[in-house]
Amino acid sequence: MSASETTHDHADHGTRRGYLIGFLLSAVLTAIPFWLVMNHVIADAQATALAIFAFAFVQIIVHTIFFLHVNTRSEGGWTLMALIFTVVIIAIVISGSLWIMYHLNSNMMPMTAGDMTGH
Amino acid sequence: MLTTIFGRLSLESFPIHEPIVLGTFIGVAILGVALLGAVTYFRLWGYLWSEWFTSVDHKKIGIMYMILGIVMLLRGFADALMMRLQQAIAFGGSDGYLNAHHYDQIFSAHGTIMIFFVAIPLVVGIINYVMPLQIGARDVAFPFLNNLSFWLTVAGAALVMVSLFVGEFSRAGWLNYVPVANLQNSPDTGPDYYLWALQIAGIGTLLSGINMVVTLLKMRAPGMSMMKMPVFCWTALCSNVLVIAIFPVLTAAFAMLMLDRYVGTDFFTNDLGGNPMMYWNLVWIWGHPEVYVLVLPVFGIFSEITSTFSGKPLFGYSSMVYATVVITILSFLVWLHHFFTMGSGASVNSFFGIATMVISIPTGAKIFNWLFTMYRGRIRFELPMMWVVAFLLTFTVGGMTGVLLAVPPADFVLHNSLFLVAHFHNVIIGGVVFGLFAGMTYWFPKAFGFRLDPFWGKVSFWGWVIGYWVAWTPIYVVGLMGTTRRVRHFDDPSLQIWFVIALIGAAIILVGILAFIIQIAVSIKNREALRDTTGDPWDARTLEWSISSPPPAYNFAFTPIVHTLDTWHDMKERGAKTPASGYRAIHMPRNTGAGVILSGLALALGFAMVWYIWWLAAVSAVGLFVVAIGHTFNYNRDYHIPADEVAAGEAARLAVEG
Repeated sequence: MSASETTHDHADHGTRRGYLIGFLLSAVLTAIPFWLVMNHVIADAQATALAIFAFAFVQIIVHTIFFLHVNTRSEGGWTLMALIFTVVIIAIVISGSLWIMYHLNSNMMPMTAGDMTGH
Repeated sequence: MLTTIFGRLSLESFPIHEPIVLGTFIGVAILGVALLGAVTYFRLWGYLWSEWFTSVDHKKIGIMYMILGIVMLLRGFADALMMRLQQAIAFGGSDGYLNAHHYDQIFSAHGTIMIFFVAIPLVVGIINYVMPLQIGARDVAFPFLNNLSFWLTVAGAALVMVSLFVGEFSRAGWLNYVPVANLQNSPDTGPDYYLWALQIAGIGTLLSGINMVVTLLKMRAPGMSMMKMPVFCWTALCSNVLVIAIFPVLTAAFAMLMLDRYVGTDFFTNDLGGNPMMYWNLVWIWGHPEVYVLVLPVFGIFSEITSTFSGKPLFGYSSMVYATVVITILSFLVWLHHFFTMGSGASVNSFFGIATMVISIPTGAKIFNWLFTMYRGRIRFELPMMWVVAFLLTFTVGGMTGVLLAVPPADFVLHNSLFLVAHFHNVIIGGVVFGLFAGMTYWFPKAFGFRLDPFWGKVSFWGWVIGYWVAWTPIYVVGLMGTTRRVRHFDDPSLQIWFVIALIGAAIILVGILAFIIQIAVSIKNREALRDTTGDPWDARTLEWSISSPPPAYNFAFTPIVHTLDTWHDMKERGAKTPASGYRAIHMPRNTGAGVILSGLALALGFAMVWYIWWLAAVSAVGLFVVAIGHTFNYNRDYHIPADEVAAGEAARLAVEG
């Protein structure tokens, strides 16, 4: 990319329309999980929890696009690149930690004397 | 009543019954009073305050970082000598001269200081000084933030130094490991000093990281696309991206340990679902990329020097850039190799073991790039280039022992042994320290306008290089034989000879350090003979050498236009001349004392929290908010250097250069 892109471009500060769409989407995406929980729409509690996670995830994307104005153009693409880097690092850190701690837990749980001769 | 005023601070907190600490305190106090007296006698307070402490000039802040790093190097090295002496004499019947309590504090302080208050300030200092000049910028993106970052680092360093004489430092290793650092096992002030010092300094490092990344992305001279940036800028970019990614993890881990210690949560205890292993996991998610935070910029320094002193463009510029980026990403996939033996099992260990070995590929590519740059070049073996060669030889050995440790079964044998300690000293001294000395020698004439004395520089060089090998080869040997780290006393007398040799090696390194200080003194004394009038004493290739030494406050009278990599070399080839007229007024940021005041308050807050002096903690915390918010209402932030003043300065420079 040329220098003019890196020195003259500016972050997108959004439009009233964009903010309104973002607000409406966020409100709907917040209301649905409340409705799911309060009216016991899904019988299975675990399925409800997963549904809430799914809505939360969509909500994150809505915020990123409409409130943080992340798109492919802002700051010559640096904003998007920084976001991708952050997501990759967080994914590595969280999934890695879960994997490691799960293994540690199953391998290193306090053992009774009987267990120690078990394997 | 006394508890309300002084918290848990009492007369017993001052170690007057420990002769070693007392002696050190008296020595430091005399030197300190002498220094303060001299500054007062020569009426330098006003000058230091208005020209240096409050300065937002990236060049002055860079120099202050270097001074901080070198002062703390002396403290950290004193700790190293004490450990070496103890281990050389504490055999069989002899107990040495340090008790276990004191020895544990020394090895913890040594590691903490060397990484957080020597390596980081020196690396950040060089980036601060050089990077904006290399990209043709007038300053960093956020000049005040830069000043604040520096003073927060100083506040952290000061808190560690205070712990030497008031209370005690952590005994839990350089990363303040739980369970030793839990309240139950360390009810004293040690871990609290550690946590507050590093939280305060950590904020400084994080802010500095953000500052440098924004500077690199937004303030490059016109024409300098990413792939026309000098390699040092690329490595600085990757290093600071890592800082931004990892320091929040460390801050969060430390914050949870603070909660454990102050309000009784159980994040890192064995109760209520807490898990000490999670602390290790989190600190090493920070810890391994941190290694690359330090070493990547140093790789950049070596690249600049190799290219300059071989009289050739860097071999494989783009492969160097990609190798740097690949290392940046891969550094996040290896942290578990610091605790292979914690019990993760085969699949986890083999994943992280292989990832660790993979990192040696881009690093190896870099080594070959430097060698091919030298190949058929007209190499000038001046001091910076000598450091490069010493680095190539020493670091490669350290890299290979690292790959050896990356093999999980081998690590099960060598974990926690002195072999590991020798390995990381091998890469940190042979890589980071050699690189910092190379960089200091290389850019010193740019910063001060005269070169460093080569004779004392060579004494320092040989002291460090020979000293390193004499000090650490025996440690590799005893480590391979199974000697564990952090041990104060040995029973097996056959090991003693190795530790005596290591002590001799440390003494040779001491010669290297003293020679470095003598070198600076001698160079200041002979500065007229060593004067650099050209601004380009090494016939170098990047933009920082296109301006005078030392550069004016505004760096570039005209913003340079970049057409190619190695811009300054290109300009010299084409015989490009700097315009000598048509200057404009230059917009500059104004100095401010807010950074010093905020950091002083942060220091008071840290000290108060360590000693449970709640009223002082409350006062300084409120003070921090008030001053920080107050500073945002300071609208008197900038001024202009008038065009005729710029013209006069530039004319004087051109007259000297002839």
